[in-house]
Amino acid sequence: MSVPHALLALLSEGPKYGLQLRQEFEARTGEVWPLNVGQVYTTLQRLERDGLVESDGPDGDGPQKGFRITAAGETELGRWLRTPPDLASPPRDELVMKILVAVRVPGTDVHEVIQAHRRYLVQLMQQWTRIKEVEAETDLSLALVVDAELFRLDSVVRWLDAADARLRRAAVEPPAPGGAPLPRPRRRVEVPR
Amino acid sequence: MSEPVGFPGGERTSTVSVLELRSVSKVYGEGATAVQALRGVDLHVEPGEMVAVMGPSGSGKSTLLTIAGSLEDPTSGEVLVDGARLAGMSRNAKARLRRRLIGYVFQDFNLLPGLTAAENVALPLELDGVRARKARADGVSALEALGLADQAGRFPDELSGGERQRVAIARAIVGDRRLLLADEPSGALDSATGESVIRLVHAACKKGVAAVVVTHDAQLASWADRVVFIRDGKIVDQTAPPPGPESLLAQGPRS
Repeated sequence: MSVPHALLALLSEGPKYGLQLRQEFEARTGEVWPLNVGQVYTTLQRLERDGLVESDGPDGDGPQKGFRITAAGETELGRWLRTPPDLASPPRDELVMKILVAVRVPGTDVHEVIQAHRRYLVQLMQQWTRIKEVEAETDLSLALVVDAELFRLDSVVRWLDAADARLRRAAVEPPAPGGAPLPRPRRRVEVPR
Repeated sequence: MSEPVGFPGGERTSTVSVLELRSVSKVYGEGATAVQALRGVDLHVEPGEMVAVMGPSGSGKSTLLTIAGSLEDPTSGEVLVDGARLAGMSRNAKARLRRRLIGYVFQDFNLLPGLTAAENVALPLELDGVRARKARADGVSALEALGLADQAGRFPDELSGGERQRVAIARAIVGDRRLLLADEPSGALDSATGESVIRLVHAACKKGVAAVVVTHDAQLASWADRVVFIRDGKIVDQTAPPPGPESLLAQGPRS
């Protein structure tokens, strides 16, 4: 979540006060990512230092201090919007680690571990769906955030389903003599950006 | 209209489950080739409750639905619909119960191509002896309630996939149906259309209909009040009643 760029985006609509920026940030993200005032002002100071925003004057950080985006800020915002986030290197996912480990812990039923996580994820999805049902109809930003969360959690459930099936198949017909090889965590995918 | 279909020994308490499966098992075939599709399944579904059944292919979830809908008999165990034991019923009584209390929605719509949307929706009422004019009016108002008034006079091949599925849901809940059984109701639809379909099921439940939705899609299942997980013919787990949405919002920023 890039707070500096989100603030630049809000300032691209016109000059704003710090407090106003905080309120608008929260409203535009469906209030899913709360932001404290201190975070707003330190971020604005950094943006000003880098020449991406300008303020009314040097006197204090009061709520009446206004901020404007600069030409360099506009350029930076445009660059950031079109730069893909780093999705090329797999994150060290805690859930993936737990399942990989569960396969090897004696006396542990990996399918039972998978089901515990699957249940938890579906419960989480039920909660997001309640939000979608009740509030997201009238709040477009919230609807977008909730959909993103539901698709993300859904992909984790699908991975668990696939892992479950793969492990069951492997139990019947082991993939290689001598047991499953340990995963090689150092393998990296390089994608030109 | 809404009195229960006649059944022997029908004492009812005020909190009768709309659907109750009591250690239901189902075996297809015999001897060495026998397949155990369900093994001692217990499931209660209350009025207004939406239950999703999730499980991999071949886990028994579709069998569960056909047995719950009295389209098939269990090998052992009991099925009660609105408090009535199916096993004690004549064929006719069972057919009547199916027509009056149970609505089905399948992945492939099953609308009759020669009938308009309104006629398709009215059909189960007419089969049950409701006069044609009244049935047609009820059909149109069921379509209106689902936002499909404009489609009432159109034929299935003039409707999109999503519209056809919504008509199928209108048909499944028209009249005084108490139980809606759906098998992958948003199967081939894109996610926005699938959501509009499951919203209809959800809305029907808010009005007191009980629903069982079989699916392998977690997004669809997440509309349910309760999700049960089935594997190898057994219910192995279910979700806890979810806390309110407050617990997710304003937790503080995540990295």
